[in-house]
Amino acid sequence: MRKNKRFAGVALLAAVGIFATACGSDTKTATSGTTGGTTATAGTTGGTMSSTPLNLGIAFDTGGRGDGTFNDSAARGGDKAKTELGAKLDELEATGDQDRKPNLETLTKNGDNPVIAVGFLFGDDLKTVATANPKTTYGIIDSVVDAPNVKSLVFAEEQGSFLVGAAAALKSKTGHIGFIGGQEIDLIKKFQAGYAAGAMAVNPKIVIDVKYLGAAGDNAAWGSPDKAKEIANGWYAAGADIIYTAAGGSGAGTIDAAVASGKWAIGVDSDQYVLATPDQQKHILTSMIKRVDVAVFETAKAVQSGDTKGGVQVFDLKVDGVGYATSGGYLDDVKDKLEAFKKQIIDGTIKVPTAP
Amino acid sequence: MVEETRIPVADGVGRGLSKLMTPKLHNSKNGLITTASSIAAVLLALVISGIMLKLTGKDPIAAYRKMIETGFQSDKMLEALQRATPLMLSAVAVAIGFKMNLFNIGVEGQYLFAALIAAVVGAAVSLPAPLHVAFILVVAMAAGAFWAGIAAVLKVKRGVNEVIATIMLNYVALSVIQWLFDSFFRDSSKSDLNVKTKILPRSAWMPDLASGRLSSMFIVALVMVFAYWIVVFKSRFGFRLRASGLNSVAARTAGISSNRMIFTALIISGAVAGLVAMPSVLGDIHAYGQGVPDGLGFAGIAVALLGRNHPVGIIAAAMLYGFLDATAGVLQIQHVPSSIIDVIKAIIVLTVVIVNEAVTRWMNRRTAARTSMALQAATPVGALA
Repeated sequence: MRKNKRFAGVALLAAVGIFATACGSDTKTATSGTTGGTTATAGTTGGTMSSTPLNLGIAFDTGGRGDGTFNDSAARGGDKAKTELGAKLDELEATGDQDRKPNLETLTKNGDNPVIAVGFLFGDDLKTVATANPKTTYGIIDSVVDAPNVKSLVFAEEQGSFLVGAAAALKSKTGHIGFIGGQEIDLIKKFQAGYAAGAMAVNPKIVIDVKYLGAAGDNAAWGSPDKAKEIANGWYAAGADIIYTAAGGSGAGTIDAAVASGKWAIGVDSDQYVLATPDQQKHILTSMIKRVDVAVFETAKAVQSGDTKGGVQVFDLKVDGVGYATSGGYLDDVKDKLEAFKKQIIDGTIKVPTAP
Repeated sequence: MVEETRIPVADGVGRGLSKLMTPKLHNSKNGLITTASSIAAVLLALVISGIMLKLTGKDPIAAYRKMIETGFQSDKMLEALQRATPLMLSAVAVAIGFKMNLFNIGVEGQYLFAALIAAVVGAAVSLPAPLHVAFILVVAMAAGAFWAGIAAVLKVKRGVNEVIATIMLNYVALSVIQWLFDSFFRDSSKSDLNVKTKILPRSAWMPDLASGRLSSMFIVALVMVFAYWIVVFKSRFGFRLRASGLNSVAARTAGISSNRMIFTALIISGAVAGLVAMPSVLGDIHAYGQGVPDGLGFAGIAVALLGRNHPVGIIAAAMLYGFLDATAGVLQIQHVPSSIIDVIKAIIVLTVVIVNEAVTRWMNRRTAARTSMALQAATPVGALA
């Protein structure tokens, strides 16, 4: 997501380039700043309800609030903590790799507790900062940092993916579906494994095409909608009728292809139906929802009630940390079956694999 | 030798830039005026940015006060120096090219390529501590020089405009790095999502000047700026370099081989560029991976421009940038968008360029006026009749 932007504006003079980028993102951040201001008032009112004052610090990765997926989900959790827990919310967005550690330190020094780092790239820096500041509690999304004051917040993406896989198999007319992943890393393989298991649980003979957009470390994989579109077009033409894409911003390409071919796409992380245009909405079957907001909110709540110890917390179906979206009503006819699967996963009858 | 293929647009940009980059002021009095005008330009930029802040509904005075308050705390000052370190190196790399009228826009690709190669080679050898670090620095410089060398060969042998070559080689570098990293150098023994090359042995870890805050690369960067000053401004080679940059035809007539100068300048520029990511590779991540910062090559162009290619100017400009970056976070907490800092940086570059150009023109006019006055005074009134 970062590297494809690396050379944007390279042909321009450096100064002009900086100016343009700054202006571009300025509008976005300025708007969120204003929204932050308004909700702050709401937060103060909410403050009367809570017992302990809470300063929640969120360190976003590049993209920050307003990215439409991952960071935005964390931001929703922060907003909820503001209104429901009366938390004072401080946000810092990394604008580059050099910002991550200073941002964690700045929030810590500012008195924020807990401080939540959004994204696994914070891992190494958080370990250093957390060790140096044992009195602050930290949270990190998608990564496990072994320190007594760090809550590692990871998700059972395979469980949510199982349900959208089952939904795909139930809705597929051709018995042929697809999965497009971003980087070929363990994190995304969890999505693939769950999706395949869910589809097979419904139809053991189903055909599943699998493709990754990039190798581990290839950040362009998260921002290549053109590549995803090409792959999706090919699969749709070959008879697939539903494709699930877990590749950040690249997923938009699959949705485009689905619109063009009149087939289905499955979204990821946020409920992409809500963010889509009316045209696209007709082709978004469901989305695998990863509730980063729940993780942020629950961590804030835990710290407020005095639970400051570290450890790994898995957000799974049981705590609604993952799930599937029903916007559009396309799953109404199979919802009972999906709920049955959900129950079986929660009670342990079905064990969802985490690796394909 | 092949006739140089000139591309009209790039050439136009090049000429415009070179006009800005070529120092016209040399003696100390004029140097003083340059310094004064640069400071005035920075202040002007702050006023313009303040108006922008005001227009977006923020309090500029409070924002600036907060920046100064936190910016002068010791840890933030160390952070500013840490952030200034790669910028100094990157700016020196760019400035060496500028001095010879060469636009090395490829520092970005050169330093990222060098970072990967240095991290891989460094992890593969075992040497005693100070030697190991020195060895990696040399490897990084060689790798950066190699990558810049491609553009140099294209320019000297085939007459390819170096602006185009270095820009395009940035993209090539990115793909080559990705391929090398993924096919050969990624440490797959760890399942960490934050993928890296093999971690460097302890002996290759560069000690910090201030633990976790300031890398010893800061010293290396200062040494490189000093070396830049000696080599470019005080040596015979530097004289030839600057002469070729100011007037390549005259230099050629004087017996300076322009091809050799082009080649040498780009190689040295690339070698310095190779060091840009070393604070991260040797002092922080101890490997090559996703945490190696990008964009420093382009930032270096702005810093060199702001510092007018002068060693002291580069140090000052890098520190100013470092200070602004270091305080951006504090502003964000105050709900001032951190992109305001980027806007301030860009405005500073623009105002410095504009103010300097205006001052130069004013001084040229003044000199012309004085000369004509002196001429008039020297000419007997009667002589004209």
